[in-house]
Amino acid sequence: MDDNVQSIVVPAHLNSLQKSVAFVSSFTRKLGFDSRRLSEIDLCVEEVLVNIFNYAYPGEQGEVEISCRSGPEGTLTVKIVDSGIPFNILSSDDPDISANIDERHIGGLGIYFVKQLMDRVEYRRENNKNILSLINNSAAVSRPVDK
Amino acid sequence: MEINKKKEKDVLVVSVSGRIDAVTAPDFEKNLSESIGAGEKTFLIKMNQLEYISSAGLRSILAIAKVLKTREGKMIFSGLQGPVKDVFKISGFGSIFTIYDTEEDALKQF
Repeated sequence: MDDNVQSIVVPAHLNSLQKSVAFVSSFTRKLGFDSRRLSEIDLCVEEVLVNIFNYAYPGEQGEVEISCRSGPEGTLTVKIVDSGIPFNILSSDDPDISANIDERHIGGLGIYFVKQLMDRVEYRRENNKNILSLINNSAAVSRPVDK
Repeated sequence: MEINKKKEKDVLVVSVSGRIDAVTAPDFEKNLSESIGAGEKTFLIKMNQLEYISSAGLRSILAIAKVLKTREGKMIFSGLQGPVKDVFKISGFGSIFTIYDTEEDALKQF
């Protein structure tokens, strides 16, 4: 299987969310992942995009490029690129998930999902762009049932 | 996302189906806020038909739960499936809220 790549560019706005997730889904659905994994990938893509839509371009318009690549071993990489303010999700603090209703703050949960659910996450800042790669092992690689 | 509500004793049973994402979560929150405004205090959120929820949905749930708590109300859940169950577990929401397998089990508590 050769590398297969597809990409789209969308305005960095919440209105682009459903189109973007549908674009990624239509690519990942062909790769043999089970429905649980597909849903986890949808979730992580949403979380990263919503973060960019809300914070990357304060007070101005911007764009996001989303590329899906399936590698020769069936590895899936979803690369999300924006030209907004520098932000490395890997350096953000994890939320306190044991706090009760009164003490609980919701911030940071989306990023926490991404760090927990993807097999690997890579960030680099290059040419004034944030380049985030969500990397998933092949559907054929067995994974812990209760990660 | 679709929301249907019915009253069982003093409990407002809210069946939510489809997807609660960053686009639909504000509608979910507004819908439940209206019920709080109408005086409802106990909410059972029935999630059998809910396929997907993101952190935006959890944010709405937490916001509603905090308001209910100040009014001595509460929010409980039933029927979490697949990805929704996983998201509750990873986020810790499975520990801070009471979750029943079925609507019947939940309503027995009242």
